[in-house]
Amino acid sequence: MIKVSNLCKSFGELEVLKNVDIHITRGEKVVIIGPSGSGKSTLLRCLNCMEDPTSGSVVFNGVDIADPKVDINIHRQRMGMVFQHFNLFNNKTVIQNIMLAPVYVEKKRMRKLRRKNPNNEKIKSTAEIKAEEKEKAINLLRRIGLEDKADEYPSRLSGGQKQRVAIVRALAMNPEVMLFDEPTSALDPEMVGEVLEVMKSLAKEGMTMVVVTHEMGFAKEVADRVVFMADGVIAEEGTPADIFENPKNPRTQQFLQCVL
Amino acid sequence: MGNFGKKINIFLESFIEHGAYNKVLEGLSNTILIAVMGHIIGIVIGTLIATVRVIPKYKLLPRVLNGFCSFYVGFFRGTPIVVQLLLFYYVLFPLLGVRITAVAVSILVFGLNSGAYISEVMRGGILSVDSGQMEGGRAMGLSFSTTMLKIVIPQAIKNILPTMGNEFIALIKETSIVSFVGATDLYVAFNYIGSNNYEFMVPYLAMAVIYIVLVLVISLLIKIMERSLRKGDKSI
Ligand SMILES: Nc1ncnc2c1ncn2[C@@H]1O[C@H](COP(=O)(O)OP(=O)(O)OP(=O)(O)O)[C@@H](O)[C@H]1O
Ligand SMILES: [Mg+2]
Repeated sequence: MIKVSNLCKSFGELEVLKNVDIHITRGEKVVIIGPSGSGKSTLLRCLNCMEDPTSGSVVFNGVDIADPKVDINIHRQRMGMVFQHFNLFNNKTVIQNIMLAPVYVEKKRMRKLRRKNPNNEKIKSTAEIKAEEKEKAINLLRRIGLEDKADEYPSRLSGGQKQRVAIVRALAMNPEVMLFDEPTSALDPEMVGEVLEVMKSLAKEGMTMVVVTHEMGFAKEVADRVVFMADGVIAEEGTPADIFENPKNPRTQQFLQCVL
Repeated sequence: MGNFGKKINIFLESFIEHGAYNKVLEGLSNTILIAVMGHIIGIVIGTLIATVRVIPKYKLLPRVLNGFCSFYVGFFRGTPIVVQLLLFYYVLFPLLGVRITAVAVSILVFGLNSGAYISEVMRGGILSVDSGQMEGGRAMGLSFSTTMLKIVIPQAIKNILPTMGNEFIALIKETSIVSFVGATDLYVAFNYIGSNNYEFMVPYLAMAVIYIVLVLVISLLIKIMERSLRKGDKSI
């Protein structure tokens, strides 16, 4: 579903990714591990072009989204992203956070339909769109047990609650793949579990997931494939059993010794 | 003191019986009109310029726009506003062959001028919003401008509201120069009362009091606005 070829990324003089190739298939759960500064976040952010690759291609559903001529927004709507620091919209309530993008995208789609044929029966009014998305948002909140927080502002939530809201906010767009960049690294230890639970349930439903994390337990349990990065290259990849029990590359061995 | 009492009587006679209060009301409403409209225009222009200044500058169009904005801000911050007012009223519009009232020119010039100042304030406000807010929006597939408009700018405005209030108060006070192009503001109205009987002491005192009251009322409104905006978020 996402095929990355010859991906290079530099920040000025600094070469962060060096000719990375990775292919993520539908339904697969890929966990990316590696030492700090090895380029994990940069690789993940290149998958939805939050960072523009310096060279190489990122083909998503047959389209090279690294091409500057492509309308990247349409493709990002199909890819959810969850950040270390949540990035919930501070000026919106929880439910507004979830509804904002889907309502906006639906409205835009309706405008297009109307321009083509004003009498199209599929055209919904803004009120209908909002009602629909609101119901969807409430269902998503119920799923994470936070429906009573719908009208709170993010500043009044705990870290774990924020991150769970951030996950369902991404889900509200019905993405085909979810990208996670250290989703539990900024959390107090007692809140890590609740976020991982939501991610595991997503995995069970068959969502395609790419996760950068230091949670080795999660990697062992959920990953179909573990990717070890070092110095801007994929140093080793394989099943969790391959990587954790039988690492071939000395860098992998050294890294795992430090974290396990 | 008896002398001062007489002066007050002269003023009141002129103000009430000879209908000079009409002139004062006209002056007051023009002062407020120019300040409020100018500030609104200034906010719109300032926000646009500030946005242009924070757009990543890889492509040609943002660079050209940025150059234009630098020139604009440089001109309006680099010349006295009296000069701008005179240039627009006596040079630009006559050259364009457009007839326009002094009040309209004043609104325009104060709008353009405060746009330049507000752009700097707004830019600071935008930069003070955590970059994660923009990332969050862009990652959802919202465009730069949509994220800016719905997420970043509302937060920026909240951050700079106190500074904006001060800008507005400064603007109100600065409007006292519009008489240079013949617009009737508070100064012109009270000056008119004074010159009727060559007695300026009380009229100018009254003018000062009105300005002070105006500024106090606005400060109060700003406080109330800030408090209601602060409700909800950031209250932990
Ligand atoms: N926007 C940027 N500008 C300049 N350098 C950057 C930028 N983003 C990342 N880098 C640099 O690129 C390198 C790789 O960063 P990256 O964030 O991808 O590492 P990481 O593997 O995610 O590390 P961590 O585990 O600490 O999150 C680092 O040396 C970092 O300093
Ligand atoms: Mg990282």
